[in-house]
Amino acid sequence: MTIPEVIPIVNVRWDDILFLILATVMIGSALLVVILRDIIRCGLAMMVCFGALAGIYVIAGAPLVAATQVLVYIGAISVLVLFAIMLTQTKAAPARLVFQTQAVPAALAAVVLAIIIALAVGSTDWGAAGTRVRTATDALAKVLFQQYVLPFEIVSVLLLAAVIGGVFLAKRDEGEPL
Amino acid sequence: MTNSLDAYLILSGLLFAIGTFGFLARRNAISMLMSIELMLNGVNLAIVAFGSFIDRLRPNASVIALLVIAVAAAEATVGLAIVIAIFRNRRTPLVDEYDSMRQ
Repeated sequence: MTIPEVIPIVNVRWDDILFLILATVMIGSALLVVILRDIIRCGLAMMVCFGALAGIYVIAGAPLVAATQVLVYIGAISVLVLFAIMLTQTKAAPARLVFQTQAVPAALAAVVLAIIIALAVGSTDWGAAGTRVRTATDALAKVLFQQYVLPFEIVSVLLLAAVIGGVFLAKRDEGEPL
Repeated sequence: MTNSLDAYLILSGLLFAIGTFGFLARRNAISMLMSIELMLNGVNLAIVAFGSFIDRLRPNASVIALLVIAVAAAEATVGLAIVIAIFRNRRTPLVDEYDSMRQ
């Protein structure tokens, strides 16, 4: 049995509904990341946001990017952020004030930025834009390991340098108290 | 809706704007780093959207998105290590108390 592409009664396509749900979850949890008072909850909301974004990647037709998003962002970066939060929680935490004094101008600037981006996107004619096509993973692999093999190797060296640098920066010196 | 490029681009612009607000407004250094991650994700969504709608960019955009994810991981590692190192000296994660250069 195959699921019909269009929901029968309301005449809306399934992936439109899915896209709307995922977009709402993503924007909502991103807002929670920036406004919640308890920073641990901010980290957990960030994981939800990245998960919803991985779903949007799948809808957009990039399943490999979605898998990498789950592995790297949800699996690695979020855990790293949660560890850093737990290492830097003081006894007085959560702090009384979450926002700087410039929070209201910052909010205005962000709203203006969003409006400008929306206007620019809406007024541009993407002439070359066709219909949505799924990225074939084997074509992606061919391009990654032939045309982009030098950036790939440079990124691997960069990651090694970042790991060594992170360990060096966060390491305690001899005799220094915790 | 899922077949128009504009929906994806506006979504990525919203995510970027939310990240901008968080970076400018939060006091906690780790919150600021999390906001930077949100902004990087917004840009990545725009790259992936362009790749899935424009034929000429199709496999390349996904490759660029993967490289951006790897660089973001490196950035998060070093950034959080710096925050932890500063926290060890100053005993606070709040950026507005890092004012010893001003005094």
